Amino acid sequence: MLWTNIFAGFGGQGVLLIGQLLAYAGMYEGKNVSWLPSYGPEMRGGTANCSVVVSDDPIASPCINMANCVIAMNRPSLDKFEQNVLPGGKLFINSSIIDKKATRTDIDVYYVPCNEIADSLNNPKVGNMAMLGAYLEATKAVDSKSVLDALLYKLGEKKAHLIPLNEQAIELGKQSVRDQIK
Amino acid sequence: MSVVFKKTPVLTDTIMHYCPGCGHGIVHRLVAEVIEELGIQDRTIGFVPVGCAVFGYKYFDIDCVEAAHGRAPAAATGCKRVNPHNVVFTYQGDGDLASIGAAEIVHAAHRGEKITTIFINNAIYGMTGGQMAPTTLVGQKTTTSPYGRDPEHCGKPIRIAEMIATIEGAAYVERVSVDSTPNIRKAKAAIKKAFQCQLDGKGFALVEVLSSCPTNWGKSPSEAMDWIKSDMIPYYPLGVKKDITNE
Amino acid sequence: MAKKLMKGSEAIPEAAIQAGCRFFFGYPITPQNDIPEYMSARLPKIEGGCFLQAESEVAAINMVYGAAAAGARVMTSSSSPGVSLKQEGISYIAGAELPCVICNMMRGGPGLGSIQPSQGDYFQATKGGGHGDYHLIVLAPSSVQEAVDLMHTAFDLADIYRTPVMLLADGIIGQMMEPVEFHEHEKRELPEKPWAVTGYDPKSGRKRSIVNSLYIEVDELQEMNDRLQARYKEIQEKEVMVEKYNTEGAEVIICAYGTVARICKSAIAICAEKGVKVGLIRPITLWPFPEKELNEVMAQDSVKRELTVEISAGQMHEDVRLAINGAKPTDFYGKPGSYTPTAEEIAEYILKTREA
Repeated sequence: MLWTNIFAGFGGQGVLLIGQLLAYAGMYEGKNVSWLPSYGPEMRGGTANCSVVVSDDPIASPCINMANCVIAMNRPSLDKFEQNVLPGGKLFINSSIIDKKATRTDIDVYYVPCNEIADSLNNPKVGNMAMLGAYLEATKAVDSKSVLDALLYKLGEKKAHLIPLNEQAIELGKQSVRDQIK
Repeated sequence: MSVVFKKTPVLTDTIMHYCPGCGHGIVHRLVAEVIEELGIQDRTIGFVPVGCAVFGYKYFDIDCVEAAHGRAPAAATGCKRVNPHNVVFTYQGDGDLASIGAAEIVHAAHRGEKITTIFINNAIYGMTGGQMAPTTLVGQKTTTSPYGRDPEHCGKPIRIAEMIATIEGAAYVERVSVDSTPNIRKAKAAIKKAFQCQLDGKGFALVEVLSSCPTNWGKSPSEAMDWIKSDMIPYYPLGVKKDITNE
Repeated sequence: MAKKLMKGSEAIPEAAIQAGCRFFFGYPITPQNDIPEYMSARLPKIEGGCFLQAESEVAAINMVYGAAAAGARVMTSSSSPGVSLKQEGISYIAGAELPCVICNMMRGGPGLGSIQPSQGDYFQATKGGGHGDYHLIVLAPSSVQEAVDLMHTAFDLADIYRTPVMLLADGIIGQMMEPVEFHEHEKRELPEKPWAVTGYDPKSGRKRSIVNSLYIEVDELQEMNDRLQARYKEIQEKEVMVEKYNTEGAEVIICAYGTVARICKSAIAICAEKGVKVGLIRPITLWPFPEKELNEVMAQDSVKRELTVEISAGQMHEDVRLAINGAKPTDFYGKPGSYTPTAEEIAEYILKTREA
């Protein structure tokens, strides 16, 4: 199993965090992982992004050009990284703020209304977790329990009360993928 | 027969390379005597410069480090931070301290580094053959100011003691001279106080010593001593510039 | 011990501390600021530890000089332009035969360059860097775990050979998070440091310690240089570290180090899908360079040519060419500055040049 992923969005949308949560979760499950924030020329253009690899085998390159999955939280990220999805790969689009459809036909595309999901939970900050839920549902790369363990580690015990809210966001993200597959 | 004078054991028997009439020999002796009198030979580390005193490690009978040009205060900092019980001093000339090492000395003082600096100001680069120093007097002829130092062209001489005295971390700063016996006595007292300042953990201490360079000044040894008095001291006034060691 | 997900530039200082480093002197420069920041938080909490932010890189390396002279395990870190500034001090440290560790998180150059990853400091690191005939031992990690393990090696080698050791990493190693384990390391036999300046008691019988790189007599300077060269020869014989990957029966051998070597591994997988067998020689010690190991792999009948891949204009490629010495064709792929090549580009180049 090898998942190569690019998480991209505006600074503040929490893309680096959900990338890290995936890496932690993979590590907890005994997999090889790497997390690399924006590097090289791709830093241009005002997007924050990270490359995350989760693999059963030792990871060759942590620098991802062509990815199994691209997570686009905003329009510039979609414009930039749609071409970086491997044929047969998956593209996740935050449909709440991206009005454009994907142009590729050789990949699976998921439209996730991250902001609406967050609004329905009365917390605009959890849109990223909804997107991570969608990713988990579509890939089964790691278990959401591992992601929640990772989140607890990152939040610390003092903020542990935020776990149920994030769990709900993940669940609603997953649901949006199940709805689309139907 | 009674002994009226004896070389301090903190100086080795190595014959010094300094020119006749050079002030370095006097200052070396004063530093070594102070180390002996304070009973700190076995824990004192000397950091010697690049310049005429580059061979200082041959003369001081203590553990020594030869530092890169101007960097002695930084190197001494590293040593002192590793072994705070050691007594660490730098011995630097005016090219070393006032020119290339200006940043290092300012920041050692600024941090209140618990080291002692003996700064030899002889208004010239000695080792490299008599070039202009930041401390060279206005009108003074050197091999790189052959028409005399022109302040319009390269500024007026820098007064290190006064400058360091403005820095919070400096605990004790004094300018002394070795042009005469009374002044040599005062110089020794200042050097001793500067070491005591470190022993008491008070902060950074610097003694600027006005010293002679007859060879590069083109003077006889006695003329050189006279010149310190007639030309250097009026521009570089002697005395304590800062002393908070009693606070 | 459980694995921790850590950034390279936090794992490296932690590893240094676990290797016994108690003194750090540095100056801020991007992209390695996490290292001094980490040290500034950790060292004051350790008995006898000291972190000090110097006024410049020049001062920092001279503080390292003074601390090493006092017998401490000490390090500094910086990034390319800052390492240029340290070269004077590094030459003195090499000349005075002092142990220390210097970490360089390379960024693009020359001049102020960029803050993106680069491998443009290979010459500076492996050829001495400052004035005089000296070498540093240069270690090039390609993962966070390897960087951690190499910190222990770095401090040991520095002490054993009384030489500065450089950990030469690209910015990716610093910024990347990977799982790391801080396990026990094999203890090498380390020499005492009777040469350290700790205070001289004439009654003690120990010789006076003088830390110095000044040898004004021609014969004495020759003696010091001969001693250094003999030591370098011993290091070349004993301390080469290299990874061979997929080299058995390969048609093309890539030579690459650091993160670029890992990108090459992905390129090798792409080539394999197209039925082309490509192997990799990854120097872990850039100096001493693994000449013998490279030539052993190149000597295979299956191997037609070599390809060096670097984020530089081909600095390591010069050493590769010297090692192979015309026995088989060599080639270079890469760009100077900060452009990190992709696995796809490297694979495409290999396949294209094969057809040609």
